[in-house]
Amino acid sequence: MQKRSIVPIVYILFLMLPIYWLVAMSFKTTNEILSGFSLFPQTFTLENYKVIFTDPTWYWGYINSILYVSINTVISVCVALPAAYAFSRYRFLGDKQLFFWLLTNRMAPAAVFALPFFQLYSAVGLFDTHLAVAMAHCLFNIPLAVWILEGFMGGVPKELDETAYVDGYSFPRFFVSIFLPAIKAGVGVAAFFCFMFSWVELLLAKTLTAVEAKPIAATMTKTASSAGYELGLLAAAGTLTIIPGAIVIYFVRNYIAKGFAMGRV
Amino acid sequence: MKTENQKAWFFVLPVLLLVAFNALIPMMTVVNYSVQETFGDNVFFWQGLDWFQQILRSDRFHAALGRQFLFTFLILIIEVPLGIAIALSMPRQGIWVPVCLVLMALPMLIPWNVVGAMWNIFTLPDIGLLGYTLNHVLGLNYDMTQDPIAAWVTIVTMDVWHWTSLVVLLSYAGLVSIPDAYYQAAKIDGASNWSVFRYIQLPKMKTVLTIAILLRFMDSFNIYTEPFVLTGGGPGNSTTLLSIDLVKIALGQFDLGPAAAMSLIYFAITLLVSWLFYTLMTKDDQN
Repeated sequence: MQKRSIVPIVYILFLMLPIYWLVAMSFKTTNEILSGFSLFPQTFTLENYKVIFTDPTWYWGYINSILYVSINTVISVCVALPAAYAFSRYRFLGDKQLFFWLLTNRMAPAAVFALPFFQLYSAVGLFDTHLAVAMAHCLFNIPLAVWILEGFMGGVPKELDETAYVDGYSFPRFFVSIFLPAIKAGVGVAAFFCFMFSWVELLLAKTLTAVEAKPIAATMTKTASSAGYELGLLAAAGTLTIIPGAIVIYFVRNYIAKGFAMGRV
Repeated sequence: MKTENQKAWFFVLPVLLLVAFNALIPMMTVVNYSVQETFGDNVFFWQGLDWFQQILRSDRFHAALGRQFLFTFLILIIEVPLGIAIALSMPRQGIWVPVCLVLMALPMLIPWNVVGAMWNIFTLPDIGLLGYTLNHVLGLNYDMTQDPIAAWVTIVTMDVWHWTSLVVLLSYAGLVSIPDAYYQAAKIDGASNWSVFRYIQLPKMKTVLTIAILLRFMDSFNIYTEPFVLTGGGPGNSTTLLSIDLVKIALGQFDLGPAAAMSLIYFAITLLVSWLFYTLMTKDDQN
């Protein structure tokens, strides 16, 4: 057991090194970064973070990102729930084809859709809104949410539904008060993955926004190219983008492993 | 058994409408562009299948496609065995389990352009941790802006760093679902570590591994942001993967027709290979 734990430790060290470097860089002054190599910040500074928290173009980037990611997660999970229920409980005309078609949307490269998405969302007047990005991300998040939830629902015996109907539950009441609690791990896992893929995607988010709903990642790219080469500021902004993900994964940590085991194996 | 019920369509309708809005309309736009030529001002000329022929015969497309397959092959061959090995050596219970899972999942939750920027900072020859170590401590001549091999090693290492955890998490989920009784039975029979892996653990991980391999294939085949931020496709064209080339043609040169034709060919290849993977890996279940 002791000898075996070396592998995960070495792996986690490998994962942490680039993250450490980013965080260390964010506490350095631009002068120190450009003057040469140092393993730890020599003159520890919070200046980079101060810039981000006081400049509206920076902190609004975070707020925008969190807004559209949340909207997307809520939409994806809410519409995926009934669909996943239908796929797991009923046979209907074209069900298999529909399921496969949904999955194919995860295979479409975002680069393919960038320009048509811009035209589509401009045409319906949603360009540069949080809703546009949230809806565009539905393209790959809904199929994934349906896929994950369907797996979890398959693990719930059908007798549960039948007993509830015999007991006189209406469908909506059964779904909310009996079925949802039974698959709450699945809802957690699905929401986690929706959050994750919406949070990390940039190409579509950047294409569909200009000013009002610009994501933090786009603010970063613009800074990287325009304001010379402010590595410290860039590193601080990068460090802050890790935090929401870390919080979300902390909440679902117990569901991730157990959840997948229950759902798909 | 599932019951036959056509009303189930009502449950699927919201999903269908949302995904169709996002998938069909843009796809039709792409199809539309792929058979036309434009000189701007919304004037279009019918072009037929010329763009498709041109793309399929172009050396540039073949080179990008070759690089794309090489990249996907490399990361699958590294990430899948490595992910399984790490999952096998992880503790099954105790306080370290959530710690391991949270730390391992962290790279997956970092926005993709930040991943690229982070690796850029990490590998800068004179001031990055990795670049400095390779150049000044180990005495290698490492500069990925000049050396194509170094650029390749860097983008593959970055992807291994980024996504191996997905394979680990999914394999681990498969492993913890195996009841202890299986292991006890194997112990009584005197089974070797290898046979335990081959006949107990691997079959139990099969479903999750199928998901992991499919997801890794699709996402690595469509990868854009991380290598674009890290290397910009260079040096030269050495790391210009398919989607980087596609964006160059579509938004850089604004050749909408060829770009659209290329998109459709690209999508078709992804679909075909995913379908092949899926059929091969679920073949045993059908029999």
